[in-house]
Amino acid sequence: MTDRSDDLQQIPDVGGPAQPLLSVRGLTRHFALKGGLFGGLGAPRAVVRAVDGISFDLRKGETLGIVGESGCGKSTTSRLIMALMRPTAGEIVFDGQTIGPGGLTLKEYRRQVQMVFQDSYASLNPRLTVGDSIAFAPQVHGMARQGANARARELLAAVGLEPNQFGGRYPHELSGGQRQRVNIARALALRPRLIILDEPVSALDKSVEAQVLNLLMDLKSDFGLTYLFISHDLGVVHHVSDRVLVMYLGQVAEIGPVDRIYAGAAHPYTAALLDSRPSMDPANRRTEPPLTGDPPNPIDPPSGCRFHPRCRFMEPPCSTTVPPLATAGPDHRAACLMALPGSGHSQAPAMAA
Amino acid sequence: MTGNLVEARDLHVRFVTRDATVRAVNGVSFDLAPRETLCILGESGSGKSVTLRALMRLNPAKRTVVEGRLRVGGHDLVAAKERTLSDIRGSVVSMIFQEPMTALDPVFTIGRQIRETILRHEAVGRAEADRRALELLELVQIPSARRRLDAYPHEMSGGLRQRAMIAIALSCRPKLLLADEPTTALDATVQIQILLLLKQLQAELGMGMIFVTHDLGVAGEIADRVAVMYAGRFVEEGPVGALMRAPLHPYTRGLLGATVHDQPRGQRLTTIPGAPPNLEHLPRGCAFAPRCALAEAACLPAVPTLRGPEPGHRARCIRVQECGLERAA
Repeated sequence: MTDRSDDLQQIPDVGGPAQPLLSVRGLTRHFALKGGLFGGLGAPRAVVRAVDGISFDLRKGETLGIVGESGCGKSTTSRLIMALMRPTAGEIVFDGQTIGPGGLTLKEYRRQVQMVFQDSYASLNPRLTVGDSIAFAPQVHGMARQGANARARELLAAVGLEPNQFGGRYPHELSGGQRQRVNIARALALRPRLIILDEPVSALDKSVEAQVLNLLMDLKSDFGLTYLFISHDLGVVHHVSDRVLVMYLGQVAEIGPVDRIYAGAAHPYTAALLDSRPSMDPANRRTEPPLTGDPPNPIDPPSGCRFHPRCRFMEPPCSTTVPPLATAGPDHRAACLMALPGSGHSQAPAMAA
Repeated sequence: MTGNLVEARDLHVRFVTRDATVRAVNGVSFDLAPRETLCILGESGSGKSVTLRALMRLNPAKRTVVEGRLRVGGHDLVAAKERTLSDIRGSVVSMIFQEPMTALDPVFTIGRQIRETILRHEAVGRAEADRRALELLELVQIPSARRRLDAYPHEMSGGLRQRAMIAIALSCRPKLLLADEPTTALDATVQIQILLLLKQLQAELGMGMIFVTHDLGVAGEIADRVAVMYAGRFVEEGPVGALMRAPLHPYTRGLLGATVHDQPRGQRLTTIPGAPPNLEHLPRGCAFAPRCALAEAACLPAVPTLRGPEPGHRARCIRVQECGLERAA
């Protein structure tokens, strides 16, 4: 592998396979709300705790799914990781290197981390042909125009769009599924190591969704990628992910291998989320909603465990004790007092001797 | 008069502009019994929303041509004049939309929007209308209903807004409730609450319901019968259980295969190659033939008729009898 700029290749692994590709530590983002006309004087301003101290590792080559209801902070998390906004606190370590002064520059970082957004139309420049959109980033990173164009054609073919037919088209001349393929091709143009997929198939029809999911799985092995896959569709997350992270009101509720969690969630919120999926079996319909009410407001989250007002296993300690992430099985952790030995909850496991 | 709430016979809807004619609905026939739930399932551009809007004549009047027979609750909707239509809308047939934020009026409170509908259709006073509005918000299970009467749409969460829209739609006790993807914009936890609420309200109020969705899972939770729509026609219709267990039409099978449910992880999903046809230039025969793995010359001369191995479950595919045999084997 040469290091010529005309030949942008994937940056080789630094820390070896045991080192996480991405480590997120205590990531926090609060948004200050504007007070009323006189609100700013004296009284402390209300803040939206969109992301409130989340930590996780993303392992090399895996797909980590992030699920949660709207407003739980999954999209804010993706934008913080992509460095599209500054965190209030916390840090992101990419393959052993921090981002910012003394570590990777943003330009170096973004060469290795790319993102695909939900809205396929809004995320493409309407005045560039899709070929030019894909060739844009490689040129910013010093690739000659000719080489960048060749790469764009190669990537269009890789995502299943005939380069001669589609390269010269504008975004409005494509269907939603085709545009999302272009967005994926563009994300691949710098040969990144990590791709953040923020609801990449939510706006697509089912038959197109299946095509794009198949494509993403093929590209992952062809290009040696790691995925962070954000979605509210639990079926899709189950299908594509190796591990899954469940968020509730800006915090991690549960994280673990996808099969373990889908077979038996340790956190009651995860269980209720999974239970809310349509059954696909008309003979076996649900009669009671697993959760009532809407997700609460992240401006003024409940005390203790943030889920306790909606939780059917709620006991007095839940409203006072903030549950830490406790081990619920191999590689599986949940922020619930029922998983924490000696927490005071009647269903907590006994303390280890 | 028959006992059916809705009777559609060979319904066609075309949009005519100077440049082109778009044939959105091409011969749809169905009946809906009172208290029955029909789910129209289809992808974008299949004509499912246009069909639904035709049942309230909501498609733009100037550019839309509606042909065929369409009766709702004994009213002829094809011939009806605008004046009659606005009497029918709300009191006989009513609709809830996908996006409550754009369907509700942002400058009026929820209470006022409900009152407005009641006053338009019924000879009651303002106090009575207000009392009914409160009752409706309680009916759709909005917590602290009295306070929410004075709330504006932007002050409510997505789930509450959708409940408020249901309350408005039900305010004049319609016989038929139309729902255009009412849960697509909602979280899974809220979606199931709204589906169960609609199911319960339907039973309490004895309404018929037509539900448009692209989500097979939603259809499985709520439908009695399902109609799968493709290129402006019903390509398959049948009882929800039979249709999901043993689909007849290759397109329905494709949709079921493409929907992520309990397939083994990591296995490739079956996909339907290609894209739906352009509704300005429909192919002559089976509209799905260009994407169908089983297509043959016999598919092309004419649109296949609806046929099926059992009563009530039919599909527009020339191979349907074969499929029936396959299943028997």
